Amino acid sequence: MVTFTLNGTERTFNGDPDTPLLWVIRDFEKLTGTKYGCGIAQCGACTIHLDGMPRRSCVTPISMIEGSDVVTIEGISGKEAEAIKTAWAAIDVPQCGYCQSGQIMSAVALLQMVPKPTDDDINSAMTGNICRCATYHRIRAAIHAAANSMEG
Amino acid sequence: MNSKTWLLAFPACFLVVAAMSLVPWSHAQEEQSLRPAAAFKSIENEEERSLALFQEAGKVIQHPRCVNCHPATDRPLQGANMQPHQPPVFRGNGGMGLPGMHCTTCHSAENISVVGQAETIKSIPGHPAWHLAPIEMAWEGKSLGQICQQIKDPDRNGNMTIDELVEHMAHDELVGWGWNPGAGREPAPGTQEEFGKLIKAWVETGAVCPR
Ligand code: FES
Ligand code: FES
Repeated sequence: MVTFTLNGTERTFNGDPDTPLLWVIRDFEKLTGTKYGCGIAQCGACTIHLDGMPRRSCVTPISMIEGSDVVTIEGISGKEAEAIKTAWAAIDVPQCGYCQSGQIMSAVALLQMVPKPTDDDINSAMTGNICRCATYHRIRAAIHAAANSMEG
Repeated sequence: MNSKTWLLAFPACFLVVAAMSLVPWSHAQEEQSLRPAAAFKSIENEEERSLALFQEAGKVIQHPRCVNCHPATDRPLQGANMQPHQPPVFRGNGGMGLPGMHCTTCHSAENISVVGQAETIKSIPGHPAWHLAPIEMAWEGKSLGQICQQIKDPDRNGNMTIDELVEHMAHDELVGWGWNPGAGREPAPGTQEEFGKLIKAWVETGAVCPR
């Protein structure tokens, strides 16, 4: 049995220890905000925060997260998350939206690590989050806007 | 070619292809093993022996499992064909990636199997010490002779003495990952123990480098 914290609540999982965290989040916890895109760490749609760091949940066996703190798009909070949420809505970033939970989880993590990211910082941090609708220019603008809004 | 000659040509082609496939197979077998250090004792000239030992060890050193994380740029390589890493990730502090895309965003402390995927991807590689070799230890695109000089040079080998180098090759656990690279990835030839013995014997015979 694996015990972990999901969005601030203690949870347990009793199934196959190889089950990807993504399946536990979506199929057992019924939190479907986190998306499946590729299953092999190539797209970023499944990004969550594991002990405060961005992590691809599709390549994270549940056995690996005993005692860990997992935060999904449903539970993300704090000033960076607020700034990103506001900027995302103001700039109307999403097109179809499928990649966006992953984009947001990566963007929030970036601002937590680098409060005033340059374009290069954004490229480096967001390179693993693919958007089939190519909203990249709006994602970049929204991250800059969020960073600026946090300055005051 | 009319349809009749096609019918005749097909089994003939098939036989040729089947016979050809035996050649790379035995070649691959040889490429996948290491001759033991003791096998080089028959070479009487010490310098020649040293050289031959290093060339054998070079099968490991120049294997994609090793070179992929000793890239010439800040971007790791991946796969048997040593493609630039996808997604595009870069060195960062300590070779552990840049903020937001540290290696640990995707790589774990162990190789992780993936299920329900194409034949071409079976696992995501991982190790507790997963990181890139520093840029001064870049091997990509270098000859075995150049790599040989490089690994003896404390300025380009992480300031290791030759004894520390032997120890590193023989026992470092991240080096050892090369022989345990996870499903779907060809391991480095031989075993780490055999490789360590080759390096040790090479040092004992004067650590001669190929030109
Ligand atoms: S679903 Fe995890 S990276 Fe694509
Ligand atoms: S908004 Fe459609 S995939 Fe990114």
